[in-house]
Amino acid sequence: MKKNESYEEFIKGIWRDNPVFAQVLGMCPMLAVTNSAVNAIAMGGATFFVLVGSSFLVSSFRNWIPKQVRISCFIIIIATFVTIADYTLLALVPKVHKELGAFIPLIVANCLILGRQEAFASRYPTRLAVMDALGMATGFLIALFSLGAVREILGDGALFGVKLFSENFDPWIIMILPPGGFLTLGVILLFFNWFKFKKDEFLEQVADAERSGS
Amino acid sequence: MDDLLWIFISALLVNNFVLTYFLGLCPFLGVSNSLETSFRLGLATTFVMLVTAICAWVLNTYVLIHAPYLRLICFIVVIASTVQFIEMLIKKLSPALFRAMGIFLPLITTNCAILGLAIFATNRGYGFWEGLVYALGAGIGFTLALVLLAGLREESELSNIPKLIQGTAMNLIIAGILSMAFMGFAGLFST
Repeated sequence: MKKNESYEEFIKGIWRDNPVFAQVLGMCPMLAVTNSAVNAIAMGGATFFVLVGSSFLVSSFRNWIPKQVRISCFIIIIATFVTIADYTLLALVPKVHKELGAFIPLIVANCLILGRQEAFASRYPTRLAVMDALGMATGFLIALFSLGAVREILGDGALFGVKLFSENFDPWIIMILPPGGFLTLGVILLFFNWFKFKKDEFLEQVADAERSGS
Repeated sequence: MDDLLWIFISALLVNNFVLTYFLGLCPFLGVSNSLETSFRLGLATTFVMLVTAICAWVLNTYVLIHAPYLRLICFIVVIASTVQFIEMLIKKLSPALFRAMGIFLPLITTNCAILGLAIFATNRGYGFWEGLVYALGAGIGFTLALVLLAGLREESELSNIPKLIQGTAMNLIIAGILSMAFMGFAGLFST
């Protein structure tokens, strides 16, 4: 039972409540840095670290944080983790850090992270909070990667810098420019809508069949 | 003088915060369902941006020279508390203005465009006036993008759109087309 519960918290972030595709949170970094798969993964990794770290701290301290100033406390905790992530990336992968630029400090303002602290970490025990953060962060990473991969393949004809097509491929430059981000995410959301639509239709048919059968 | 004009135009059109930097997307997609509200939100954001630019400049010149690693924490705390303070001040001094801005003022604190503005201005080493003009351009640019999207969305409510595409998917595609249109301004700088 205990194990199932934490598993449930973990898995919901990946599919049912996926932060990007289902809740449409954390869009700014999502669109801004996904012009290549490597950048998307670096951003996803940094967000992963910040989200899990701050969920852990917030949920451990949840009984000591006064209700009135909780948002400021969350923000200071998040900002501390983001500063750590910022300096770590600068030391380990300076090239990626330069490309992501101002968007690493901007993780602070990612509504996904603050939202999880407010909605989950500040109310549940540490173990569940960490599982929830792990799930949400993985879901976010998957979303970032899928967007980054689509944009890099179409816009550059490559994945992780490895050319996929022959010389004749004409890259769709627009995909790595800002409009490409909006369009790709729009189409992905459209696909999710279609999926949900079909599923509802199917469930309705099943219900109809049962009613006429009985 | 010329430089200030360039900074203004650049922040307003060429590097529009919403459509090329993807900052402030949450209000952009969330609140843009009516022209009236989006215009007000835009004005409130512009106002907060101006205040932020001043705060960032003061912090950068007097405090953060000694401790650059505290930049992020300082910025966010100072911005959040200043906005709260201004909110109280406006409530006291001009209740009419306070009602006009309404719920938007506190919400703006968590808008990434505000923090983004402070960080970009710092990275580019803008002085006091440059920072102020940059904030003005960015704020008006944000309002422009918001009003444009709201206008298009109001129009689209009246037309017959497949159920499947309604909602965020359509807004994103509209935003993509708007962003393409704004790319046309990029040529302004090549000359």
